[in-house]
Amino acid sequence: MFYREAGQFKTSYKADQALFPILQDRIGIAVILIIAFAVIPAFANDFFLTSIMIPFLVFALAAIGLNILTGYCGQLSLGTGAFMGVGAYAAYKLTSIFPDANVIVMVLVSGVFSAAIGAVFGLPSLRIKGLYLAVTTLAAQFFLEWCFIRIPWLYNYNASGAIEVPRREMFGFIVTGAEALPITRYFVVLCITAGIAFLMANVLRGRIGRSWMMIRDMDIAAELMGVRPLRTKLMAFAVSSYICGVAGAMMVFFWLNAAEPSSYSIRLSFQILFMVILGGLGSLGGAFMGAAFIWILPVLLKFVPGLLGIDIAAETVEHATFMIVGALIIFFLIVEPHGFARLWQIAKQKLRVWPFPY
Amino acid sequence: MNAFVADEALTPAGPDASGEPEVLLRVDNVSLAFGGVKAITDISFDIRKGEIRAIIGPNGAGKTSMLNVINGFYHPQEGTITWRGKVRRKMKPYEAASQGIARTFQNVALFKGMTTLDNIMSGRTLKMHRNFFWQVLWRGPAEREEIEHRKRVEDIIDFLEIQAIRKTPVGRLPYGLQKRVELGRALAMEPELLLLDEPMAGMNLEEKEDMSRFIIDVNQEFGTTIALIEHDMGVVMDLSDRVVVLDYGKKIADGPPEEVQASQAVIDAYLGVSH
Ligand SMILES: Nc1ncnc2c1ncn2[C@@H]1O[C@H](COP(=O)(O)OP(=O)(O)OP(=O)(O)O)[C@@H](O)[C@H]1O
Ligand SMILES: [Mg+2]
Repeated sequence: MFYREAGQFKTSYKADQALFPILQDRIGIAVILIIAFAVIPAFANDFFLTSIMIPFLVFALAAIGLNILTGYCGQLSLGTGAFMGVGAYAAYKLTSIFPDANVIVMVLVSGVFSAAIGAVFGLPSLRIKGLYLAVTTLAAQFFLEWCFIRIPWLYNYNASGAIEVPRREMFGFIVTGAEALPITRYFVVLCITAGIAFLMANVLRGRIGRSWMMIRDMDIAAELMGVRPLRTKLMAFAVSSYICGVAGAMMVFFWLNAAEPSSYSIRLSFQILFMVILGGLGSLGGAFMGAAFIWILPVLLKFVPGLLGIDIAAETVEHATFMIVGALIIFFLIVEPHGFARLWQIAKQKLRVWPFPY
Repeated sequence: MNAFVADEALTPAGPDASGEPEVLLRVDNVSLAFGGVKAITDISFDIRKGEIRAIIGPNGAGKTSMLNVINGFYHPQEGTITWRGKVRRKMKPYEAASQGIARTFQNVALFKGMTTLDNIMSGRTLKMHRNFFWQVLWRGPAEREEIEHRKRVEDIIDFLEIQAIRKTPVGRLPYGLQKRVELGRALAMEPELLLLDEPMAGMNLEEKEDMSRFIIDVNQEFGTTIALIEHDMGVVMDLSDRVVVLDYGKKIADGPPEEVQASQAVIDAYLGVSH
């Protein structure tokens, strides 16, 4: 009753192909943006920003990256962690080679390196599909991880083998390094994630997004409509890896301050993949929902029982998280491959006909 | 009677006063084998500009393989294909597409996760040129291009009378409508040669009538040349200007429908047996 498009006639194709053609959706997105840009900064404490919002946004961006490749273009990848790592190490090298350059520009440029490497590892996708392709991306994961450990130049020959983010300022604010305020970091991460999500939404509604989905749904027919398979898949690999690379760089620059090769291990790849599956393959909104769920659920499990006076051991929390996430993944894979995003759509559909379902 | 109606429809394809009709595509001595299986053996025929050319034959005769050769999916071991007067080199399907060859599939091959609208928009892929950076910006050229092509697609949607399912994911549509959307997708390419692989298979009488009407309209209004594989002889007799008959990968007859229908070889191989 309250959510429906009745009476909202599109008078032009321009309006019909807008990102949010339905008024209620536009209001919804405006509310979310107001909360993200005004309410949270005004009321959130440092813990909330550092432990929940910043990692959530970083993971959401990585999930968008993987979703482009897997959800939209249908190419399964297990190398997300490594591609994020490439972004992180590239950003680290760039900031040490160009100490005076703007650090945010460096983070955005670092994605170019992961894009190039992602495209190289995407080459086998012309010949192999599905699980076999996943195995080659797994090889990329291990090879790149090996590079992060074995090439000391990448971490500036630090004795610890880790990369440590230097202090950088912008317009008088410290944006990176240990002294950067959580609120500053939050704004940077929010702007980058929201900006890239918006730009990707543009790509996905046009010719290029369609050609990715064509390859995903029926590659033979796609080729017949004039889509060049290799070019299209490599573009998906490059765009996806660019986004993952930026997310990886943000992860160390605006969240962790320091990172080791193990930060970008296969675990991270799976974590992002689970976010994409739970959130919904082929949905940008789903990437946010999946990231929120996978990141926030453990935090809730850790703190809520304590607030209620129940004492739960840390391992129990971890096990419970694994079990819940595992069960949900099996559930979604079997019942609803489009994840939370589809559940949300169904809910909206119900709302549209409520209270008269027939 | 039916054949007579079709006869009138075929006037544009028949030889006219200026002499020979223009040949759009010619297949010469094409043979195709998969390992030991000979799918096509030494077949030659041509498709004239503006005609509806039916390709018929019993199951496994090599009809679909022939279409696959024409649009570059399969590469024949022998023989040549001449497209608009030029012998064609070995090419990929997307090159055939860019030369103006579109097709539909025997088993519907729509993009299941996309809506009817997006499926038909996908047929415009080759005609859209804005690159990644314009797409990222959206406002301006990319958006204008999208709107411009959307208008063409809406014309096709109106033509096929599928306005109501514009925003429906095609996976949810009944089979008959899926076939129609697939035709729409091929039409969106504005092809010069349209290959239809059993566009009416599995349809009821009414749906077949609709589909026949669309095919005739496409042929006559847009002047699109059509190669049609169809098992329903009534439809073939009604629609086609000329028929080529395959059996076990060989051509056994070629000519106007009524002539082919009367041919003894065809009756033995196909009509007499299965119909
Ligand atoms: N990709 C392939 N690999 C091996 N054999 C094939 C392949 N494609 C077709 N064939 C064989 O080639 C022969 C012709 O098949 P084709 O699909 O062209 O027949 P058709 O005339 O379209 O039949 P139908 O009326 O059943 O669609 C068959 O014997 C088939 O088994
Ligand atoms: Mg066939």
